[in-house]
Amino acid sequence: MPIIEANGLSKTYRVYQKKEGLLGALRGLFSREYKEVKAVEDVRFAIEAGEIVGFLGPNGAGKTTTLKMLAGLIYPTNGTAQVLDHIPWQREDAFRRRFALVMGQKNQLWWDLPAADSFQLHREIYSLPTEQFHRTLGELTELFGVKELTRQSVRELSLGERMKMELIAALLHQPQLLLLDEPTIGLDVVAQVTILKCLRDYNSNRGVTILLTSHYMRDVEALCKRVLVITQGRLVYDGPLTGITDRFGREKLVKLQFDGSECPANLETFGDVTSRQGPTAEIKVDRQRVAAVMAAILDRYTVLDVSIHDPPLEQMIAKVFEQGGVQSPGTPVPGLSPQ
Amino acid sequence: MGAIRKYLKILRISLVERLAYRADFFLTTFLRFLPLVTTFLLWEAIYTGSEKDEIAGFTRDKMIAYLLLVQISRMFSSMPGLSTGIARDIRDGNLKKYLLQPIDLLWYLLSYRGAHKIAYIATTALPYALLFFWFRDVFDLPGPWTWLAYFLSLVLAFLIGFFFEACIGIAGFWLLEVTSLMYIINIFTFFVSGQMFPLELLDQYPGAMEVLNALPFHYLAYFPAMVFLEKKQGDELILGLVIELAWAIALILVSRWMYRLGLRHYSAYGG
Repeated sequence: MPIIEANGLSKTYRVYQKKEGLLGALRGLFSREYKEVKAVEDVRFAIEAGEIVGFLGPNGAGKTTTLKMLAGLIYPTNGTAQVLDHIPWQREDAFRRRFALVMGQKNQLWWDLPAADSFQLHREIYSLPTEQFHRTLGELTELFGVKELTRQSVRELSLGERMKMELIAALLHQPQLLLLDEPTIGLDVVAQVTILKCLRDYNSNRGVTILLTSHYMRDVEALCKRVLVITQGRLVYDGPLTGITDRFGREKLVKLQFDGSECPANLETFGDVTSRQGPTAEIKVDRQRVAAVMAAILDRYTVLDVSIHDPPLEQMIAKVFEQGGVQSPGTPVPGLSPQ
Repeated sequence: MGAIRKYLKILRISLVERLAYRADFFLTTFLRFLPLVTTFLLWEAIYTGSEKDEIAGFTRDKMIAYLLLVQISRMFSSMPGLSTGIARDIRDGNLKKYLLQPIDLLWYLLSYRGAHKIAYIATTALPYALLFFWFRDVFDLPGPWTWLAYFLSLVLAFLIGFFFEACIGIAGFWLLEVTSLMYIINIFTFFVSGQMFPLELLDQYPGAMEVLNALPFHYLAYFPAMVFLEKKQGDELILGLVIELAWAIALILVSRWMYRLGLRHYSAYGG
């Protein structure tokens, strides 16, 4: 039984088109023009217990709208969803006790008080037994390494520490499903990495199911084996993260360091030269030709060092978006679903 | 019952949060007394100028007592920031918090406001006590039944004030801004609640008293003060309290109905 099942979820917003200028504003008082914006169209997927799934897409692709439907904040225009055996937008208490949604840009804690006081409030909101509450809180503050900070007012915490407190508050009632919207936004790399590590540990210890959206590939690479890619409201990819590399990483990056002070002049014949600095160069080579190209180069020149990489995942994802973008709406993207 | 206990506990925890601002409460109390001085001087002049002992049934002393008592009424019934806070939560999306968690926005805000009032009253008890002690001669202490009726009228005034302002805030589901609306309403209630002067002064205008009595606003300031002054007694007092209770219930129902409609609107369009 999947934890999340989305069946053809669609959401169309009616957006009021405001006319320009004062005259337009006055005219708007009497007759209004609306434009239909399809934020999400026919999205289907299922997520099993214990999975961590990354939800990727450019701004305005429909990630947050989908999350909001799954969390029961908005009704879909079409389609259905089952989350933890409930229909989310009925917002039953039994459902709301079993999941949490954390939005990176939203603050839930009392600003001028220590986080511990806000945790107490959560205890009452979720009616948690005292003993269970203290045990969970102890474990979480230990996991996130913020035991000493819970008595300090939230205002005085760093952004990273605050995010950790937000996550602790969200996990106090031991949700089975954690929906994360940009959990690491604005954080520095160190804070980002520790938060990711905590989430991974929490997932493996507790088996909590996580669905997260993020702009940072670091988040996705660190946490998710499976990704969903959405663009222009449509799901264009659902499969393993490595599948994106296979499908869209047609090229490899070959970094070379030659003997001497200059690179050979005719490198262009081997592939697309992306950078050239003194004796080092970087060439983009088709994946199938890597072996042949390497043999030819090593045959002709003295090479001191060589390394072969996949291009950064960001670039590949951007390519997925582009390919999704050129599809005319209504036609499925061929060959994108691995099932 | 379990739900009531939950919100009482939330009230207790919110009390800690509100007490963080006690110094602020203490200082603003003194600033509140300043306009009172002007009002007192004004009424002094009116009584001296008119050369009457009584105006609209109020002696000079009773008028001062009334003006002090409406301060107490408003301490219970005024809800600064409530409607604009709700409207802001709707606009900025903080409303999500109440939809995601097993908690109800209105009951939560009521507990929170209750905590705010308790913290406020506790921190400002001393300056108020000093003020009333200074003017002790204008009061005749009422009997225990009046005290009870007075306390009831204040609690109901708190509920009427809360749910009325909550309705205005919930209108934020459809309006972008409620600040200016609230500003107009505040000026209006300052007048029709009897905070400015006893409503009997309007007796000379036919129908004015009847209209104001038919509205819930006089319960926000005028009615509790009149109860304490024992100017409402017997059947009039009981009927007044019953109607006050009816208003409180009606406003609770209206605000809940508006909130449900608003949520449907929000979930369908915004989010």
